[in-house]
Amino acid sequence: MADLSVKIGGLQMKNPVMTASGTFGYGEEYADFIDISQIGGIIVKGTTLAHREGNPYPRMAETPSGMLNCVGLQNKGVDYFVQNIYPRIKDIQTNMIVNVSGACVDDYVATAEKINELPNIPAIELNISCPNVKQGGMAFGTTCAGAESVVSAVRKVYKKTLIVKLSPNVTNIAEIAQSAEAAGADSVSLINTLMGMAIDAERMKPVLSTVTGGLSGPCVKPVALRMVWQVAKVVKIPVVGLGGIMNATDAIEFFLAGASAIQIGTANFIDPAVTLKVVAGINEYLDRHGFSSVKEIVGALKV
Amino acid sequence: MKKHIVDLKVVSNEKLGDKHILMKLTSDALLPEMRPGQFAEVRVDNSSTTFLRRPISIHFVDRVKNELDLLIQLVGDGTRKLATLKAGDTVNVVLPLGNGFSDPQPQQKSLLLVGGGVGVAPLLDLGSYLKSKGYQPTFLLGARSAKDLLQIAAFEKVGRVLVTTEDGSCGEKGFVTNHSVLKNEQFDKIYTCGPTPMMKAVATFAAQHAIDCEVSLENKMACGLGACLCCVTETKEGHKCVCSDGPVFNIKDLTWQI
Repeated sequence: MADLSVKIGGLQMKNPVMTASGTFGYGEEYADFIDISQIGGIIVKGTTLAHREGNPYPRMAETPSGMLNCVGLQNKGVDYFVQNIYPRIKDIQTNMIVNVSGACVDDYVATAEKINELPNIPAIELNISCPNVKQGGMAFGTTCAGAESVVSAVRKVYKKTLIVKLSPNVTNIAEIAQSAEAAGADSVSLINTLMGMAIDAERMKPVLSTVTGGLSGPCVKPVALRMVWQVAKVVKIPVVGLGGIMNATDAIEFFLAGASAIQIGTANFIDPAVTLKVVAGINEYLDRHGFSSVKEIVGALKV
Repeated sequence: MKKHIVDLKVVSNEKLGDKHILMKLTSDALLPEMRPGQFAEVRVDNSSTTFLRRPISIHFVDRVKNELDLLIQLVGDGTRKLATLKAGDTVNVVLPLGNGFSDPQPQQKSLLLVGGGVGVAPLLDLGSYLKSKGYQPTFLLGARSAKDLLQIAAFEKVGRVLVTTEDGSCGEKGFVTNHSVLKNEQFDKIYTCGPTPMMKAVATFAAQHAIDCEVSLENKMACGLGACLCCVTETKEGHKCVCSDGPVFNIKDLTWQI
């Protein structure tokens, strides 16, 4: 049994497997299938200052080896989270991490301040990369100045581990990552979804209500790996890799590219028990290759 | 009701006309508990275009034989792959999902189950359940033509079956809402599943006659568990997930213009 524990900023994790925001609800939805406390971290649904109804239906289009979504951050707002959801999930014995989004810097700051007061939430993931909202969201994640402004403002009020989730819809993701690092991020996670679209040729109409949406699933993995590789080379903070991870082999590839931890997203929809299979598979790989710790393979790609 | 991921064995997989299959599944273990109106997410293996599981209504559960029947319309590559499964093959299924139909209230004695197309699927399990509770359900089943009617013999074992076809080749000619039974008899509760225009017509009839009415909705789904929020529908309380808050909704909770 290899040592699977990793540390992301101040966040101590029993293993490097997390669930990606928006794909695992609040964890409870999967509790019938697996012991969710055995997952290294659960990143709950994107939370905003005010209640959001999200985008109209249809919100999803299946694509070859993946899917597009345009959910649009449907959530009941941070106050509802604090009063109604937090009490339900606070005693789950793993890292419960809140994904925070906003339309402007003040929204991000106000939401992060409220989450900062919750003792059993050890980290937030700052979502500066949602492609499905009209205001804010990805706008902050596509320029260095935008990333710097929101991360530094949140850093002033948020005292625990601050992970910043980056958009792949940029020319140079390494520069954005460096801006987030300089502004005080403890870690960067990447990639959020790639902006895409689907068309119904017979009806001559877009499939999604918002025309464009975010692409996820195994089809994005090569892009995600490339971006993790580029970012890990230029930042000192740990990188959390995600994008199309379906099994332990995919996860190992992200570690080799430089990720210190990984997230599983869309794969949860195909196999609700996939997270713990990936944990077991990482351990098996490490044992088979004679590594005593997962940390030994982070960035160990032989180029 | 606890959800399970199970490998089920195909007992038989029968083609019903050109567009549907009836897949009978079993398990070495006892099949999980499930309610009428709930559904299963069926994994499709070896399809180049199908990535997500396919949400399929629970059509019938035979507790004596320990068999689960799925009535599946062949729509795309995923369902066509399911049609190639043979007796002895294994299929991976997550179930039971969704809320299911609710029991009739004590004063609701006369029950009408209205189905159209492949939407008749959950009504067989519902009708069997209601029959086991002492009700005598009436099925009103609609199709384009006689050849499109599904599982009529199975429905006839459970209750009275009334039929409409658009071309008049079987039963009364027209849509389900044109059937004479709606003029001649009174019903206390209507359950319906089928194409959305049909369900809206049934819901309109129910609303006009102040009849309690539940509809089983269909939407494109990803997780099936209420986690991804892809399959929402408008309700009076905002967006709700068809997979976990539904698929069954009472029409008084929806925002349909009826």
